Amino acid sequence: LSREDFQRIPELAINPLGDRIINAFFPEGEDQVNFRGFMRTLAHFRPIEDNEKNKDQNGPEPLNSRSNKLHFAFRLYDLDKDDKISRDELLQVLRMMVGVNISDEQLGSIADRTIQEADQDGDSAISFAEFVKVLEKVDVEQKMSIRFLH
Amino acid sequence: MFLLLPFDSLVVNLLGISITVLFTLLLVFIIVPAIFGVSFGIRKVYMKTLLKIFQWATLRIERGAKEKNHPLYKPYVNGIIAKEPTSLEEEIKEIRRSGSGKALETPEFELSDIFYFCRKGIETIMDDEVTKRFSAEELESWNLLSRTNYNFQYISLRLTVLWGLGVLIRYCFLLPLRIALAFTGISLLVTGTTVVGYLPNGRCKEFLSKHVHLMCYRICVRALTAIITYHDRENRPRNGGICVANHTSPIDVIILASDGYYAMVGQIHGGLMGVIQRAMVKACPHVWFERSEVKDRHLVARRLTEHVQDKSKLPILIFPEGTCINNTSVMMFKKGSFEIGATVYPVAIKYDPQFGDAFWNSSKYGMVTYLLRMMTSWAIVCSVWYLPPMTRQPEEDAVQFANRVKSAIARQGGLVDLLWDGGLKREKVKDTFKEEQQKLYSKMIVGNHEDRSRS
Repeated sequence: LSREDFQRIPELAINPLGDRIINAFFPEGEDQVNFRGFMRTLAHFRPIEDNEKNKDQNGPEPLNSRSNKLHFAFRLYDLDKDDKISRDELLQVLRMMVGVNISDEQLGSIADRTIQEADQDGDSAISFAEFVKVLEKVDVEQKMSIRFLH
Repeated sequence: MFLLLPFDSLVVNLLGISITVLFTLLLVFIIVPAIFGVSFGIRKVYMKTLLKIFQWATLRIERGAKEKNHPLYKPYVNGIIAKEPTSLEEEIKEIRRSGSGKALETPEFELSDIFYFCRKGIETIMDDEVTKRFSAEELESWNLLSRTNYNFQYISLRLTVLWGLGVLIRYCFLLPLRIALAFTGISLLVTGTTVVGYLPNGRCKEFLSKHVHLMCYRICVRALTAIITYHDRENRPRNGGICVANHTSPIDVIILASDGYYAMVGQIHGGLMGVIQRAMVKACPHVWFERSEVKDRHLVARRLTEHVQDKSKLPILIFPEGTCINNTSVMMFKKGSFEIGATVYPVAIKYDPQFGDAFWNSSKYGMVTYLLRMMTSWAIVCSVWYLPPMTRQPEEDAVQFANRVKSAIARQGGLVDLLWDGGLKREKVKDTFKEEQQKLYSKMIVGNHEDRSRS
């Protein structure tokens, strides 16, 4: 699959973050994704079942764990993949979401406030740990899961 | 060698006799009823027998699959994932509510908002409403055509024999029959309309023209073995009106025209279609456009208006979707035909895909391949509903009127009513839709901001 194939889906094309989501499927520097890669990305959205929570202390974490789901969302914000969401990156993503309807100053102040609230180690950027802390009460398991009909 | 000669002439004789018999049967059972518009009911019996066979075949496949423990591929008509129909605002509020215990009026932007867009995006990648309308509908039970079989494995001897028999019947018996009929139908149409065209204008010409058209369309209908059920025939379109219908294939035209007398609208083609078009115009006025004129919308609208205002002229047949959709949904109607201001007679056409899928996937098949596929399916079964006429109310504009008509057609035919444009089959989505989503979201963030600054 290439990027154009994804963009042919009309409902995805009108999603403000459509391009970021499409990017999440393609690993670094590549323009094609095969079925395996496609499934790996979609696997993040598998609902978490109860019996899985108990057995995974020894093995590697499954792709659809809470932490991995949060990581997926984190990567949507983190444009240059340096594991930090800087003010600029947040601004760019915000700009994608609101289009031309909000002025630069307003957007800037929103970004500043968000970073202020989340930042704990004072580096004016949000790291993954800080991201997790801000969202600790959000029901990630339910909101980032898609159930298949049987 | 000597033995072959008498055998040879015997074979030739037999051939001759069988062809004569065939033609007589053809004439008696098919063409004569077509001329007078009656039916022997042969096709209905055919349909019932086929249904019984299909049910048996499906049960057999399911049993066979269970015995061998093969997973069965079952197509879902309503989508493969569970979706919740909530709006952008509700979803984001819910995410925020679960995240922070804060009051809902004050928060501005939360990092968790992204979950909504993310999930919506991934859902559409898995299963969206639009792209699946442009390919043939998936059936829930098999109809003995290999083109619709997703589980093709050897299940039982009886099933394979049945399938083989089906192939034999369809290709060797039905196909030549249908081609012969189609040929007869089209040539009669061309010659008939040309002959009628030489008569002076008057009631006699109208009468003859109408019957020539109807007869030829009825022959074509039988050429496809189309079993059509008409509902509510009292609402059939009258002179000076516009008939709109949902579009699934070029066969729609034949189906509608075999029950009523319409003026067609379309581009002038070359080749066989062009010959047919020119011949039809001689007998009664249709509206054919040059390719260059199609682009000029005002010219088109003007010609249509002129035609409609002349009360003696026939109702116009138009398909406002603009392209073929696969008969599971109705897509956006183009507003051009609704701006004219005449009475609109909506018609809903629903095909039963069990016997033969009539959808023309124009990016996959050309016209000739498509016709061959049609002629080698079992039959084309469809229902036509004539809906009561509608006119544009003074306070609605063309787009709203078009949507109202579209909902009525979708409801009657049991189809999904979509707002998406059929043109998306070939083109990309306009950016205005994305901007709408963005505006909605920014209202959520900024609208709250304004409340805050006021207090």
